[in-house]
Order: sequence, then C-alpha cells, then structure tokens
Amino acid sequence: MSNAQDPSQLYAAHEPIFPRRVTGKFRTLKWWLMGAMLAVYYITPWLRWDRGPQMPDQAVLLDISSRRFFFFMIEIWPNEFYFVAGLLIMAGLGLFLFTSAAGRVWCGYACPQTVWTDLFILVERWVEGDRNARIRLHRQPWNWEKLIKNGIKWGLWLLIGLATGGAWVFYFTDAPTLFWGLLDGTASPVAYITMAVLTFTTFFFGGFAREQICIYACPWPRIQAAMMDEDTITIGYRSWRGEPRGKQSVQTSGDCIDCMACVNVCPMGIDIRDGQQLACITCGLCIDACNGIMDKIGKPHGLVGYLALTDEPLERAGKADKPIWKHILRPRTVVYTVLWAGIGLGLVAALFLRANLDASITPVRNPPFVILSDGAIRNTYDMRLRNKHGTDRWFTVTATAGGDVTLALEGTDALRVLVKANETLVQRLYVTASAGTVAAAAHHLPLRLWITDAEGTETPKAERIYKDTIFNGKEDK
Amino acid sequence: MCAKPIKDDAKAKVGTTGHSWDGIEELNTPLPRWWLWTFYLTILFAIGYTIAYPAWPLIYGATPGVLGSSTRADVDADIQHFDALNAPIKAQLVAADLTAIEGDDALKAYALAAGKSLFATNCAPCHGSGAAGVQGLGYPNLLDNDWLYGGTIDAIYTTITHGVRNTVDPDARNVGIYMPAWSDKASGPLADMATAKLSADQIGQVVHYVLKLSGQTAHEAKATAGAQLFKDNCVACHGEDGKGNRDLGAPNLTDAIWLYGGDEVTLTKTLTEGRGGVMPSWGYASASSTARLTEADIRAVAVYVHSLGGGE
Ligand code: SF4
Ligand code: SF4
Repeated sequence: MSNAQDPSQLYAAHEPIFPRRVTGKFRTLKWWLMGAMLAVYYITPWLRWDRGPQMPDQAVLLDISSRRFFFFMIEIWPNEFYFVAGLLIMAGLGLFLFTSAAGRVWCGYACPQTVWTDLFILVERWVEGDRNARIRLHRQPWNWEKLIKNGIKWGLWLLIGLATGGAWVFYFTDAPTLFWGLLDGTASPVAYITMAVLTFTTFFFGGFAREQICIYACPWPRIQAAMMDEDTITIGYRSWRGEPRGKQSVQTSGDCIDCMACVNVCPMGIDIRDGQQLACITCGLCIDACNGIMDKIGKPHGLVGYLALTDEPLERAGKADKPIWKHILRPRTVVYTVLWAGIGLGLVAALFLRANLDASITPVRNPPFVILSDGAIRNTYDMRLRNKHGTDRWFTVTATAGGDVTLALEGTDALRVLVKANETLVQRLYVTASAGTVAAAAHHLPLRLWITDAEGTETPKAERIYKDTIFNGKEDK
Repeated sequence: MCAKPIKDDAKAKVGTTGHSWDGIEELNTPLPRWWLWTFYLTILFAIGYTIAYPAWPLIYGATPGVLGSSTRADVDADIQHFDALNAPIKAQLVAADLTAIEGDDALKAYALAAGKSLFATNCAPCHGSGAAGVQGLGYPNLLDNDWLYGGTIDAIYTTITHGVRNTVDPDARNVGIYMPAWSDKASGPLADMATAKLSADQIGQVVHYVLKLSGQTAHEAKATAGAQLFKDNCVACHGEDGKGNRDLGAPNLTDAIWLYGGDEVTLTKTLTEGRGGVMPSWGYASASSTARLTEADIRAVAVYVHSLGGGE
C-alpha cells in the first residue's frame, strides 16, 4: 500500500467555492424558475377559499391540531391519508422519471437547496462583488472592510432565513392571524421555535454548507445513479471536439481553450471536462459559460452541453445524434410514466367518488356476541360517522342482512344521530337477532349498514353510503 | 476535497486503502474536516450526556446525573397536571344528579372515557376487558339485559359503591344471603342456610323443574316432582314463577341468561354446593383506610357500565 499523503492527516480542509457570474439560456431559465417557485412558496398561504362559516378559509392549510388537510376544494381527513401517501409515491416516481430522462434536473433547477443557494450567492455577489473580488476578500486578513462586508452578507442571509421559516409556519395555521400574533408576541411558542430552527438551517445550508449538503448529506445523489443509463440526457463535455485543449493559435488544438470558465462558474466546484461525476447537479451553468466563450472565439455552441452517452460514438463517427425523443422514449421511462399516471388517475377517481359523509365500522368482538334474556343474540358495532359538510347534519342508519335483524343505536330510541359540522362521531350500534331465527344461529352472516344523509339538500338525492360487516350468531355445537 | 474529481494522479496523491476487488481499488480519500469535527463532537456530547443524565448502571439503579432528571418524577408531575385539569369536571360529575349525567354531553364524554380506563384497571380482572364476565366463575356479564340487582344507573352505582357480600362494607348488598347448599351431605355456612336437606334424587328433580322453567328439555316426571320441592324451598327467593328477586339478588330462572350456567350439570352443582359470589366495595372508607375509588371515579364507571348495552 502506497500512501503518498501524510497518513496522520485525517481530514481534508473545506475549500470554499466562489462561483463566477454567468449569463445565458440556462441562467435565465433558472432565474425565472427561482422567481416562480419562491413566489408560489410565499404567496400560497395567503390565498383564501370559502368553505362555509364553520370551516377555515385558507386555501392551503395543514391543520395538524384538528387533523385536516385543506387544498382548495379538497379536504383530506386522517382516514384518507392514502391521498398524501399516493402524492408522495407520485412525487417519487416523477423524480425517477425525470432523472432517467434528463439526469439530475431536480437538483439543478428545482431543489430548495439549489434555489436558496442561488439566492444566497446572489446576495454574496451583490455585497462582495464577483468571483475575483470574493477570493481576494476571503484571502485578506480580517479588517474593517472584511468585517463590514461579511456582516452585511450574514445579516441579509439571516433575513432570508427568517422569511423562509416565517412563510413555512403560515402553512400550518391561519396566516393573517398568525402574522399579527407573531408581531405582538401572542403566537404559540411552536411557531417561534420552528421559525428559529428554519432560520438557522436556511442560513447554514444556503450560506455555508451549500455543495456539502449535495455531496454528503443528501440521499438523492446516491439513488440517482440507479435511475440513469447511457440514454439519459445529461451534461457533458465533448472531449472529441475539445481535446487536445490549448491556445487557439496552436494548429493541433481542439476547441477547448482551457479558459476555466466552466470550472469558475460551477457551484459545485468541479470540472465537467473530467466527465460525469457524482458532484454534478446538472445546473447547466457551465454550458452557459462555455457557450459564451465559443461565441467569442467564433466556434459553434455545445462544447459543453446536454448529451447522452450513446451520442458519443455517433458524434465521433461524424454522424448526427439520436433524436431526443428516442433518448427519452425507452422502456424504463414508459414504465415510470405509466405507474405515475396510473396512481394519479386512481387518486383523481378516488377524489371524485368519495362522499361528503363517510363511515367506518368496527365490530366489537370482545365478546363476539351477547345473549339477551329472551335468548336473542346481539352484536355490537362501533361506527365512526364523519360529516364533511360545513354544517351539522342528521345521519340515518339502517341495516340489511341475510336474515331478520333489528338495529338500535346506543343512547337514543331513534335511528338517526346528529353529527356536527366537520367532525367525527363514534356511535355504538346494536344489531339483534331473535331467538330461534336463522340469523341467531348463523356463522358470519353478511350485514350491510346503510348511512343516509337525511338532509342531503345540496345534492338532488340524499347521499347514501354503505359499509359491510359480519353478524355473529350463536352456532349450535 | 471530495468534490474534486478523481484525476489519474489521485491514486498517487491520496493512496489507496490497500483493498482491491477484481482490480478495483479503494482510494484513501480523507474525510471533510467538518465531518471529523462532527464526529468528535458526538463523542463529547455522549460524555456530557452521561454526566448530565442517568446513565451508568450500578447494582441498584443507575448514576442519577447532575441534572436530576427522573422519568418517574416526570410521570408523577404529568399525573398531577392532568388531575388538576380534570378537577373541575370531576367536581361537576359529583355534584350532578346521577340520572342527569348522560344528558350532559361534556359530562357524559368525560365519564365514558374515564369509566373505560377505570374499568380496564379495576373491573376487567373479574368482568373481563369486554365486560362479558366469566360464566363458569359467576362473574356476571354486564352487557346483557339481565341484572341481579338492577340495571338502572342508580342501581349500578350502588352496587359498585358497596359491593356484594363483602366483609368490609356494612352496606354491601346481600350480606348473609346466599344460594344455600341443599344437599344432605353438605356442611358449612352455606348448608346452614338451607331450610331443608335434599337427597341427590330430589336435587335432580328440582334441576329438571328449573330446566323446564327456562324452556329447556326436561324429564317430565322429574320436573313434576321437582315443582313441589321448588314451591317448598325456592320460591322464598326466586319467586312463585321463578323470575327471581332483585332485592335478594336472586336470579331469574326463566330466561336465557345464567350466572354459573343453565345446563343440568352446572345446575346440579349449584343446588348441591350452593353459591355466594362476592364483589368488593369500591366506595367504602373507614378510619384506617381510604376508598378504592373516589366518588367521581365510581360515577364514571357507573355511566360506562350503563352504556354497554344493558342499561335500564
Ligand atoms: S443533491 Fe440533494 S440537495 Fe443537492 S441539489 Fe440535488 S436534491 Fe438538492
Ligand atoms: S459541472 Fe456544470 S452542470 Fe455540473 S454542477 Fe458544475 S456548472 Fe453545474
């Protein structure tokens, strides 16, 4: 084993990265995307949506204390959490799809870590100047200039962090109320603590950790390699065109003039000319930088650009690239798309098929049945009735079974109960079969409980759903 | 640093770990500095933690830790906290008329929830977690519509408060009243209660009369003979028609519900040996002992039991 480096040195010092300003197609696209995503993030909690007098009017609200999730006209109850699970699965599959088609597009354009780091670098450049000025400032000993510039930069970063954490908490409670509550100090401590934690993490991740998060902390770079193959369109350097790199004046030189522009703009501090590597987040900035240089020396764009591995032999042989759709349309992307769309359609269907009343039945099986004094057999069920209307409703319960049974509700002589607006009621039901009947001796008699919204005024006909369960008779031994 | 691409000269620069799999070698790339620092910090944290919190096991317990943290004390504090929160509604529960509790949503909700957990802790060992009792042992089923001492909320409350045939509470139900042991071979206090001594044959006749009373198949001749014996000895408690007497806790013999069992074998055993189930007093307090349950708790359990399906 040859260990050229001093083995006693356990770590490598962090080398700060000072990305240079760059302009171009991808940078412009990224500015727009950044603006759009930040706007969505900050504006969403302030959108209003009328749901009736007893319901919150915030369009997007994660109401954790009363366990409701509101999204415009959609309201999700805890028992419908499969919607959230489905959305998360779709998000995962979507990520797989995009990654197998175009590499780490999520990382390069949409990930909050990238968006906020971009914002922080913007502030840094605005306060300290571009790459060379920042390097100079970094190297010079601490003096007033360095102190003041860093102070302003950190102050602005903290403000951005505060705004990030501040917007986050608005998603969990009524935004206007919380806003004034935060100002006059009456908001819950949880809100302040959440904001403090998010302010600090934003400040630290965006200001100092930056590429370290993407390389060491984030699981995605580890997983993404499994999604990509030789047809994935990703960012690469056309070495067959660029090499041997060197001055333009030298006849044998390729197109790369070794100006280091692509390296200097890279937020990850890497050299794309070394080939595909784990640290590249495919942000496209090196393409912009290189294209700018190509313009200056009068060479075509695309020395650094989006390409797939399968294009390399074609290009080397002087042939045209495979068309983009041929890269994208391949079995794995089709499978991801079909799965993604299938789950999406399933969720949409489930969304439209669900009723404004919902129930679930839990048979009480301790004991399985009770013998009454006249020999009748009684089964007990706990029914959870959910009223998703914005008003109180009366629900009527009836039972049909494969034999004669009678239904009774605990605590009332009637067969209907009042369920408060947007609430769940646990109602105990008794189903009784008289002695000597078929039902009383049945093994697992199918039982269907019908729940009707007795005042289904908003719909032409009353809303009615059913739940199936089982009635246990006393089997003759 | 790791973000730097691995160049051809990387091997010469950082060396390898010496591991080689099918010619693939592992570079000995150093960790980032912050990573190493974090690692050292976690070690420091662990040392600090063992000083601050209970950690090192000793023979009888563990080192207490300088912060004096104790999960037991935390639980005690929690219990006190919730007791304080519940104090007002408990006071209301005690002040309310028993029959009015179920009409008051807030009181009922509290009583059902409290009653359920109190039942699970105190009553379930005999009556079962589902309140179905244990028939062979004579622990009554609380779900059906047959009650030895009554199924109104007041009757249930009284039964829970004082219990049945226990030796501590002078107000317990049925003190000194038993199902006697009718057999002429029996002895002891249960036999002393019997107004007559019956032979095994006679007991068999009474058993068949009771089978007939409850609509089960019985030996006609035996049942006819048993009718007179029943009239002479049993009606004092179980009544002329065998429908029982709640003042004496005497079960109804004509229905489908049996405390110990309604088959011939069990009935024979009941008549031969006698029965006398005991339930503790949950509300009795003396100079030297406190009640097992507070008034509010007893009321909560009464409301809960009343809600189980058999309440009258
Ligand atoms: S590596 Fe992780 S944190 Fe970095 S850009 Fe990609 S997804 Fe975001
Ligand atoms: S190599 Fe290019 S695409 Fe990759 S992270 Fe650096 S600048 Fe972005």
